[in-house]
Amino acid sequence: MNPTDSKTNPGQVNRRQFLRDGGRATAVASLGGLLGMVLGRSQAEGYVWQIDPSKCVYCGNCATHCVLEQSAVKCVHAYAMCGYCQLCTGYFEPEPNALNTGAENCQCPTAAIQRTYVEDPYYEYTIDEDLCIGCAKCVDGCTRFGNGSLFLQIRHDRCVNCNECAISKVCAGDAFVRVPASQPYLLKTQH
Amino acid sequence: MSHVRTPAVAAPGRNIRPAHRGLWALTMVLFLLGGAALFAEPRFPPPDFESGHVLPETTTPPARAVWLEYLDIAVLAGGLIAATYFIYRKRSRTGLVALSIGSILYFGFWKKGCVCAIGSVQNVTLALFDSGYALPVGALAFFVLPLAFAVMWGRSFCAGICPHGALQDLVLLKPLKVPAWLEQGLGILPYIYLGAGVLFAATGSAFIICQYDPFIPIFRMNGRVAMVVAGIALLLLGVFVGRPYCRFLCPFGALLKIGSVVSKWRVRVTPDYCTQCRLCEASCPFGAMRLPSPGKAADAAAQAADRRRLLIAVVLLPVLIGAGAWLGWAFAGPASRMHPTVVVAEQLLRAQDQPPRTGVLTPEDRELDRVRQNPRQTLTEAMGIRRQFNIGTPIFGGWVGLVIAIKLLSLALHRRRTDYEPDRGDCFSCARCFEYCPNELVRRGVLPASAIPPMNPAPAPQVPAPAPFTVAASACGCAGKEGA
Repeated sequence: MNPTDSKTNPGQVNRRQFLRDGGRATAVASLGGLLGMVLGRSQAEGYVWQIDPSKCVYCGNCATHCVLEQSAVKCVHAYAMCGYCQLCTGYFEPEPNALNTGAENCQCPTAAIQRTYVEDPYYEYTIDEDLCIGCAKCVDGCTRFGNGSLFLQIRHDRCVNCNECAISKVCAGDAFVRVPASQPYLLKTQH
Repeated sequence: MSHVRTPAVAAPGRNIRPAHRGLWALTMVLFLLGGAALFAEPRFPPPDFESGHVLPETTTPPARAVWLEYLDIAVLAGGLIAATYFIYRKRSRTGLVALSIGSILYFGFWKKGCVCAIGSVQNVTLALFDSGYALPVGALAFFVLPLAFAVMWGRSFCAGICPHGALQDLVLLKPLKVPAWLEQGLGILPYIYLGAGVLFAATGSAFIICQYDPFIPIFRMNGRVAMVVAGIALLLLGVFVGRPYCRFLCPFGALLKIGSVVSKWRVRVTPDYCTQCRLCEASCPFGAMRLPSPGKAADAAAQAADRRRLLIAVVLLPVLIGAGAWLGWAFAGPASRMHPTVVVAEQLLRAQDQPPRTGVLTPEDRELDRVRQNPRQTLTEAMGIRRQFNIGTPIFGGWVGLVIAIKLLSLALHRRRTDYEPDRGDCFSCARCFEYCPNELVRRGVLPASAIPPMNPAPAPQVPAPAPFTVAASACGCAGKEGA
């Protein structure tokens, strides 16, 4: 009692069977056509998202628009560009009460920038990525008044490489680009 | 950046009258000085340390290796083959559950749900419309392989490979029957969602299917609060309503459904023999089991009513498409605001006469500052996107009208069936019904042949009267593609 159409009338094609075969042929043809159209544009090399630091306007969207609760965008430091200033405009508030590590004097809302003394009068600034939320306050201070050695990058140990990066759609500087997975960073090397 | 700006300033300088040339030169010098201060020399030269301090390296954790993408494709292909084998050969629900758990662990929690087949629709669409977009091979494979299997064997992908489906399938503990009117009504949502996803992907506006994915935040155990709440709510609903996302939202499921309606092979409760024992009748938690039906309504009056409904549906078809297209055209403007460039262009026009904001700048202020440097480019781009939407939204509206019209048509058609069988389109190949069929259990050797009465290949007994509210469900043909 299984009315498989071909079983009930062997060698004979009924209307429903004919429609289905036609439908399948159409489906296969359109799938194949689609494949042919996009295959030329497909790439074996994987792509990942990255921030072009020359376009970044340090607006702060990276901290709030990543799909991860703590953004995969972090501040990174190009140490060779850094002036090792005692009065670091990335580290300190515009008009600090004192040049010490007190929270009220610091730009960073999470104390992610650590300041260590190297030699008189130089201090080294390093980023604790577990604390950094990518808010770009330090990047703003360093780029506008300093050497611009602090900048934002997507960290690929954290980034889940979304199909479409949620921050890229709100980026005020239109700075989000896709880069080859083999070269996943756009590091600053000069001013 | 200076190498971009300089030609733009220098080119008009050549045509400037001599009287103004001095002024131009001054502007140029000031401009270049400003640029130099920003980009050429550091304000504070890096120090030479006397203590021999060594500069730390800027760390660069690598991205995911390329070969892992091929591993994903291999796992997908292997999973699809295994699922099809479990459905057609082993007839094993246990095998599918094992595959489901594996898929949740691999594609869900390890891969964090990205790239998935559902979202790949958008990647393929964007690749069709934007020649500058490099389509990842993984996204293409996740789009093509499940569809290719659907055209051959039905929805093997949904059965246990899609982590979204697998997750919902495993939480389904107490399935309730969705009333037929609600099932039919909500059943058109996936096609509309698919249309919207394609519209916004084609215009490069947004990947809405990814943005509003309810289960990705669960796999990431991280995400926007609204989507986490939506995901948990949908899973709680899924305890009682079988696969709510797959049935009433999933846009890729809509494509797979079309594919499996015309599939070469189909899933049956038993490939052998239906004795119409009705044990499988309520076995399907997804409302996909179709009851035997004579192919037309019971009496002449009901048949006349069916014909009338069919006629109305045929007449309504062009009307609905036209109305949808008109509505779409009317909403082209608002819809285009899904594209960030259109939004910033509108802000630019509104803020044209105002001076740039100073003080504490919001992200919007900074974005406005950026586009003010080259307003014409932004406005031209926004106009282009608007034009795309003027074409795209009427097509989308027409598509919505078409989907509604086809649903009405399918409701007016009856399909003749002599056996209990899963609907070609709606069946997720979950293999639950196999366990309910005594013939199937005997065939597989789970039950001894003596457990059931001897098979009698005599003509089928008369169609049993189906339960009242399942009449409408069985009356609906496969997406209206088959005549009565």
